[in-house]
Amino acid sequence: MEFVVEMLNIRKEFPGVVANDDITLQLRKGEIHALLGENGAGKSTLMSILFGMYQPDRGTIKVRGEQVKIANPNVANKLGIGMVHQHFKLVSNFTVTENIILGNELKRGLALNIKGAARRIEELSKRYGLNVDPYAKIEDISVGMQQRVEILKMLYRDAEVLILDEPSAVLTPQEIDELIKIMKGLVAEGKSVIVITHKLKEIKAAADRCTVIRRGKTIGTVDVATTSELQMAEMMVGRSVTFKVEKKPSQPGDVILKLEGLTVNNNKNVPGLKDFNLEVRAGEIVGIAGVEGNGQSELVEAITGLRKSEAGRIILNGQEITSHSIRNRINNGVAHIPEDRQKRGLVLDYTLEENMILQVYKREPFSKRGILNKGAIRKYASGILESFDVRSGRGPVSVSRSLSGGNQQKAIIGREIELDPSLLIAVQPTRGLDVGSIEYIHKRLIGHRDRGKAVLLISLELDEVINVSDRIAVVNNGELIGIVNAAETNENEIGLMMAGVGKGGDQ
Amino acid sequence: MRNFIISLSAVVFGLIGGAILMAVTGHDPMEGYRFLFQGGLKNISRFGDTLATGTPLIFTGLSVAFAFRTGLFNIGAAGQMLFGGFCASIIGLKLDASGAVLIPLMIIAAILGGAVWAFIPGLLKARFNVHEVVSTIMMNWIAYWTIYYAVPAYLKAESVETESRALPDKATLKAAWLSDMFGGSYVNMGLFLAVIVVIIIAFIINKTTLGYELKAVGFNRHSAEYAGIGVNRSIILSMLISGALAGLAGLAQYAGNGNNIQIGVLATQGYDGIAVALLGANSPIGVLVSALFFGLLYSGRGFMNAMTDIPPEIADSIIAIIIYFAATSVLMNRVITWFLGRRRANAGSAVSGKGKV
Repeated sequence: MEFVVEMLNIRKEFPGVVANDDITLQLRKGEIHALLGENGAGKSTLMSILFGMYQPDRGTIKVRGEQVKIANPNVANKLGIGMVHQHFKLVSNFTVTENIILGNELKRGLALNIKGAARRIEELSKRYGLNVDPYAKIEDISVGMQQRVEILKMLYRDAEVLILDEPSAVLTPQEIDELIKIMKGLVAEGKSVIVITHKLKEIKAAADRCTVIRRGKTIGTVDVATTSELQMAEMMVGRSVTFKVEKKPSQPGDVILKLEGLTVNNNKNVPGLKDFNLEVRAGEIVGIAGVEGNGQSELVEAITGLRKSEAGRIILNGQEITSHSIRNRINNGVAHIPEDRQKRGLVLDYTLEENMILQVYKREPFSKRGILNKGAIRKYASGILESFDVRSGRGPVSVSRSLSGGNQQKAIIGREIELDPSLLIAVQPTRGLDVGSIEYIHKRLIGHRDRGKAVLLISLELDEVINVSDRIAVVNNGELIGIVNAAETNENEIGLMMAGVGKGGDQ
Repeated sequence: MRNFIISLSAVVFGLIGGAILMAVTGHDPMEGYRFLFQGGLKNISRFGDTLATGTPLIFTGLSVAFAFRTGLFNIGAAGQMLFGGFCASIIGLKLDASGAVLIPLMIIAAILGGAVWAFIPGLLKARFNVHEVVSTIMMNWIAYWTIYYAVPAYLKAESVETESRALPDKATLKAAWLSDMFGGSYVNMGLFLAVIVVIIIAFIINKTTLGYELKAVGFNRHSAEYAGIGVNRSIILSMLISGALAGLAGLAQYAGNGNNIQIGVLATQGYDGIAVALLGANSPIGVLVSALFFGLLYSGRGFMNAMTDIPPEIADSIIAIIIYFAATSVLMNRVITWFLGRRRANAGSAVSGKGKV
């Protein structure tokens, strides 16, 4: 059997952690190979080694049978290895073509030959069914298309092996289907693909083989066709898992949050949320389903006070808070797990313990008359980190930036739940997380509900909304299309509503 | 610890660079450095002068460092210093009171003057997102011309048009006992004030909720906003404090080291504060040490110039090289990481590669 890339017995150690310990991954020519593992299992490190960003401490890498030393990403490029990072590396006010040729410009004399490059990009785009307009500006195109630009960037550089790091994390369900189609098109043309993911459904739908790693060790490589999702999940987590979210029927109590005719402007200063009415009761989880950009951010930011509302009222526990300050709302029982953990959720250069008191540093015992009490802070933070199993190099004094994404998310969720809020707003709480963490976070959200609190869940993952919520409010274009009971609905019905078709056929 | 190593190596590289310059221009570096350091440390009186020279730099360095810790680049310390010093001088010249009353009032005036001058850029930043680099520089020139007009108009000296009347001794930070102790040096109470302020600022930054808020805004204003910290309020507050510190530098300069204000001069200490903050890695203690080091270079260079034929510009060049290396601390950081990695690799026996990064 011919392997394009072989990584044999790779070991990589960072101060205090062994990220990769004897990992072996062999990529066949023309296959889609999934790399599956929990957060912090060592997937990204392994791929960074292949892409030349880290040097392995031990082990060998072979490309097309020859042993190579990949000193930096340029070497990787020359060997035909390209990588699409989870966070795209695109210049937003450049066109697609300009972004793709950046660093590899096609020249005619001293001038750039943009037209020639654009032609080639168009050809590639057609050949692989990427459907990208070479002259569009990055800031004007969807996230899905941006990702395809990243893929084009590698194809433009004649990459034979494509590494995709969590490609579906930023995509809507439809875009994910399209991505899978594209990946299949790539291998049909003779390319080989490594896809880092922990979404089993997608592995099942796209991949030929799957290598599972756990805590820096290879657990095994399996044929996807003959392995069930459950088996792969168990290999990944190392114990048996359930996909079903266990929960008792909800027992709704008093109305905690009431929105009346809420209208909120979006960034373009036109209404992004229009005349929105919703009630969330104690002891229930209300999910918001909708395609990204249909008013969810405006809704969340209006309730939390990050954005002002143009009209309507927000009532929390019977008290109107429409024009209250953010801090005031927090003190009155609103907690918020933000969509973007690195932008909003954490001060990345603060230590974990400093981040754990982000909202409560002014309360006793964390400070008294303006002076911080480090002992009390340490104790409080350690408690959260322990009970939410946040893994870090140096515990509460670790710099937050150094944590893996999943652990950062767990820290934020721990902090917010620890506030014991009467209303917990969770936006994409499991985005980019692995099965084990997702299971855990869902349990925590339901636990919060069962303590008689209200939870508002905003997610783009339909599975998550349906499985975790008690009631589901569907939004489209900033308007509430309808509210359904989670137990009495299915993906089909909600999918139609997400497309703007009202419940029961009325517009 | 790492910051300390970076600063220290910046200093070492600066001194090596200066030695090369001296050698290239045909002078003996060892002799040059001997006189440079003797000039600042040779006897108790020179040491006192070094401390005095460093005093305003402690304040301006703190001013820049404090703003920087909260994500603001205050390069208007010169103007804030000038205006703070001007306000203090008005009190000192116009108010007839005993020293015990005058000095505290002058301190307050300097703080208020500097704070007001920084408040405007702070407000512009918070309300209209005007970049503070632009507005603080403009405020420098507004201060410059305000003083240019106001000093001859209201505080004019008897015979000279270009400076204010000399402050009476009771209205300066001079203390006879201190001066005597340092063999007639012009070191003054400003130094003690500076040390006290260093301690206060270190306390605010590290131990208080205010410091916590300001740093959070400096690191990531989006998450500070998310947590309910008043971002605009923090920006203004931070500029106020930064300006107040620069105002105190004005007091130390114009009513401590000197005793009047000259028109047509923006004190170099204002801009040197940036270098001091940089070399001190924006920590209050670091600022204290680096300000005194700069004080040493400045007070020693005259002596070097007098005793040898090495031009004083060499001392300025050394400072410039040091700033260069301190400013490229990212690069230095990488060099240190590489160095440590290599040492670890060498120690770690068999695994070690070729030490190539």
